[in-house]
Amino acid sequence: MTEATFSKSEMMIVAAARALEGQGVCFVGVGLPNIAVNLAQRTVAPELEMVYEAGVFGARPSRLPLSIGDPTIVTGSTAVVSMLELFGYYLQGGLIDVGFLGAAQIDRFGNINTTVIGPYDAPQTRLPGSGGACEIAINAREVFVIMRQSRRSFVEKIDFRTSPGNLGGAEQAERIRREGGWKGRGPTVVVTDLGIYHFDEAGEMRLDSLHEGASLEAVRETIGWEINVAPDLAATPPPTAEELRLVREELDPEGVYTK
Amino acid sequence: MRAAISELVRDGDTVAIEGFTHLISFAAGHEIIRQRKRDLTLARLTPDLVYDQMIAGGVASKLVFSWLGNPGVGGLGAIRRRIEGELPDEPLEIEEYSHFGMVGRYTAGAMNLPFFPLRSYFETDLPVANPLIRPIDSPYGEERIYAVPPLKPDVAIVHAQRASAGGDTQVWGLLGSQKEAAFAADRVIIVVEELVDEAVIRADPNRTIIPGLIVDAVVVEPWGAHPSYVQGAYDRDNRFYLDWDPITRDEAAVQAWLRAWVYDLDGRAAYLEKLGAERLASLKPGPAPSGAVDYGAYR
Repeated sequence: MTEATFSKSEMMIVAAARALEGQGVCFVGVGLPNIAVNLAQRTVAPELEMVYEAGVFGARPSRLPLSIGDPTIVTGSTAVVSMLELFGYYLQGGLIDVGFLGAAQIDRFGNINTTVIGPYDAPQTRLPGSGGACEIAINAREVFVIMRQSRRSFVEKIDFRTSPGNLGGAEQAERIRREGGWKGRGPTVVVTDLGIYHFDEAGEMRLDSLHEGASLEAVRETIGWEINVAPDLAATPPPTAEELRLVREELDPEGVYTK
Repeated sequence: MRAAISELVRDGDTVAIEGFTHLISFAAGHEIIRQRKRDLTLARLTPDLVYDQMIAGGVASKLVFSWLGNPGVGGLGAIRRRIEGELPDEPLEIEEYSHFGMVGRYTAGAMNLPFFPLRSYFETDLPVANPLIRPIDSPYGEERIYAVPPLKPDVAIVHAQRASAGGDTQVWGLLGSQKEAAFAADRVIIVVEELVDEAVIRADPNRTIIPGLIVDAVVVEPWGAHPSYVQGAYDRDNRFYLDWDPITRDEAAVQAWLRAWVYDLDGRAAYLEKLGAERLASLKPGPAPSGAVDYGAYR
């Protein structure tokens, strides 16, 4: 295989898509998850059932949806349902294997903020808010996260908890999720532009794979806490020529996600 | 449209122009701006460009929502400036939920229930930010879940592919929460691409989401959802959404846009003429008809 050059964003999207191998039903979040999940359906997970909160089960988009409400997710899908049914029957009813989310801020336990930077009542930056993320984080069996790393996004303390992760640690999170009857066990994978993270026994994020071209130094510089690194740190295989072709020619020819 | 908005939307009303990316009545939103309605509470799961424009137009004092943004593109500057306090003379109160919470609120409103129960909000800051999101104990066991209050808009405005003159309304493609919002509302305005004979409705009753029973006005406004889309009729005008990004970052540019595209035009026909036939033609999709089903004749 010849090695092509690729951007950090392309590596992130490809790594996130690969993480969906073997998964059944995926709830597709807005933004980066959208392109990652669409790539997965074209590569490692052709049988993946894509669920969009707009009210679609079993989407087979023929182009990359411009938003998560694009008409291409309707044409050729298995079912179009009201949002009440989508959130009530499909998500809260326990049919979603993976909820794939983006985030503005995340902490070491995978708790997510997409609401506000600064105080809620006097925000420095008003972000979009929950959308469906809050109930996805609670009701999907597991949650994957895709986001770029920076000191502003990987923080010791998030400004607002929009979507619960491992709360204050694994022990507490497991108890609360069990006692509260939540369907989901929380975040399991975080894919960034630098690496792939899973969560250790304490519920803390751990770097398990470093992307081709990324360095541990760059990882540490862009995380606001002392990150755990797996002793047997893997190297993420670079994107294949076919993965890059799909991203560049079919999914994102204008480079909206890969800039 | 002018008469429907004038008669049915009143200052101080709670107004829901619903539609999840699909079927958003920009035509109604622009008419509300043009008629300089004031002090509205605007409700909508996903305030997008039309609410950014309406709030910049000064029609609203409060926003009830669950996701705020220009979908697939970026932020909504006009709304953000008012929330972030950059325009202290034009404050905007917010009341925030999640998507399921908003859908549940319409559903409780439509069903005449005192609340909607849901498994969401656990261990989040949303109930702190919005005390109307409250925990409740199950009357049948130990479980504690959350409740949201009913939302009963004074007016719901729904864009659709087609309706009869009596207001029986049919939609295909994404359904969002239009049905729930319409049944919850006191008054309902339907805006359609096409007015059809009642026989067309009766030939395919499964496609009816809103009966004329709850409809107060039917407005025929082809392309009335532009720049959003209508399944089968026209695509989202993504260029418009992209072009809005630099405009919305600059309050003066937003106000200039409103002058050129709303205040200085007397209605939708002028808007479409200004857009140009070529632009509109570029948004027409190819055909993908459904297979017809046979309802059977039972005599």
